[in-house]
Amino acid sequence: MMNPTLETCVTNCPPASVPDYLPADALRALQLRRLQAVVTRAWSQVLPFRARMDECGLTPEGIRSLEDIAKLPFTQKSDLRDNYPFGLFASPMKEIVRLHASSGTTGKPIVVAYTKQDIDVWTSVLGRALAGCGLHRGDIIQVAYGYGLFTGGLGAHYGAEGLGATVVPASGGHADRQIMLMKDFGVTAMCCTPTYFLHLIDVAAEMGVDMKELPIRAGVFGAEPWTDAMRAHIEKMSGIEAFDIYGLSEIIGPGVGCECRRHQGLHIFEDHFYPEVVDPETGATLPEGELGELVLTTLSKQAMPMIRYRTHDITRLLPGRCACGRTLRRIDRIGRRSDDMLIIRGVNVFPSQVETALLTVDGALPHFQIILTRSQGLDQMEVQVEVTPNMFNDKIGALQELHGKLQHALDRVLGIRVKVTLVEAHTIERSEGKAKRVIDRRTA
Amino acid sequence: MKIQQISLFAENKPGHISSPIRLLAREGVDIRALYLADTQDYGILRLIVADWKKAAALLEAHGFVAKVTEVLAVEVPDGPGGLADILDALVGSGVNIEYMYAFPYVRGDRAILIFRFNDPDAAIERLQAAGINLVASEELLK
Repeated sequence: MMNPTLETCVTNCPPASVPDYLPADALRALQLRRLQAVVTRAWSQVLPFRARMDECGLTPEGIRSLEDIAKLPFTQKSDLRDNYPFGLFASPMKEIVRLHASSGTTGKPIVVAYTKQDIDVWTSVLGRALAGCGLHRGDIIQVAYGYGLFTGGLGAHYGAEGLGATVVPASGGHADRQIMLMKDFGVTAMCCTPTYFLHLIDVAAEMGVDMKELPIRAGVFGAEPWTDAMRAHIEKMSGIEAFDIYGLSEIIGPGVGCECRRHQGLHIFEDHFYPEVVDPETGATLPEGELGELVLTTLSKQAMPMIRYRTHDITRLLPGRCACGRTLRRIDRIGRRSDDMLIIRGVNVFPSQVETALLTVDGALPHFQIILTRSQGLDQMEVQVEVTPNMFNDKIGALQELHGKLQHALDRVLGIRVKVTLVEAHTIERSEGKAKRVIDRRTA
Repeated sequence: MKIQQISLFAENKPGHISSPIRLLAREGVDIRALYLADTQDYGILRLIVADWKKAAALLEAHGFVAKVTEVLAVEVPDGPGGLADILDALVGSGVNIEYMYAFPYVRGDRAILIFRFNDPDAAIERLQAAGINLVASEELLK
């Protein structure tokens, strides 16, 4: 029996958003059925997963309740790297319609795959996310995430199109053109990283465009952590309502969770992604409300099921039900990570990648430091490299060549432009002999 | 014929060349010639000192990245065309000047220039054949 609030919500929501309001017991029953199916699929199709299950003495029949999920082994980012490129696929290539890739912890990227149905699921959850932000048919949504191997651009694109909105696939860059499109096309919502939108606010001001005068009313920002202070700033400067969207390529891309108009945490689309919060040290499941590492299981993914994937994002499951009426559980906004991954302009960067890149250059030693700053709303990454006797040369031309090689190696491995600075030997701060790898001077 | 030059890497920031220079001063190393090549972010300090072995050991012991390279000291008439004659002597030899700077002592009507060549031996041959005087290290640093 539905309670009256739920009933009103369901009758008023777009058809695709009905699962947002499933009664809790129906949602749990659906989750269990899907969990059993996805574990069976991974066990029968993905050899490394089956081997891990064997080690634990487990078969899919051992999963009888949702609580049994805690018996299952975790999946780590390193598993994706070790099985590069296709080792964790559970579908034959003829069923796979899309590949995306994101940076791994070292030189090689990690690859993710989608069947037609996976793309449909992704489109539907993103559509539900955008609907939760108050967007609908008739809205003109500009997507300023990069289109390409990165999941942000195409993910948001399909979601917005699935919602029935008009999509402006602007992709990243060319801030002045973005402003022109927003103005001339009467764009009502923007999907991009929050720092990029900050930059757009500044560029608009320089161009003499007052963003508050434009039709834009919502921004759906993700791919990097941001704060409530930054939200307040964005909303004050642009007059829009800013929403936090969450996702990661390993699970599906953007659209794993999103804020609704109450802005009290991010609803996880639980009918497709099962959230747990665990102690990052012990892996033990933590009760609702306690801070820990978010672990996600894809309940319906075909091409690449992820069972208990360690996101390294620190959050908590919020207790109680959201005033918006959705029965989907919520996580707190993510402020930090349990590993050393950095998010630069939406792109994942590990200090170990920087080391890998530097070591490809003759004579270079991994004496480096990463300095992060924010300029005009955009993250800037500088890599300072100590000049060792092997690298040093009395000719400026030779040092410039070295500088160019380091720059090229970093660009290639990281996929983003960084500033390389040569510094004197022994000048990078070391504590107990260990170099401090990252200095983060970005402020909200 | 060849002179040992010490090169040091330095960031292009206030105060960054003072510590190696102070170190050499404290240890009584006399700097005879100095040239700073700079870019926006960093520079290379090139030094000719009275006792290069001592200077190189000192700098290295104090964690500076120093490199010893061989350069040539070439004597030229201190007047118009002095340098032009040297350059003419090298034309067609394939010898390239990596960089050059003036040595701050003038001997009578002769000036001394320091050259870093890509091929110092070929340069010596060509310059001597053209009757150009190369200053030996003992003479330059005495």
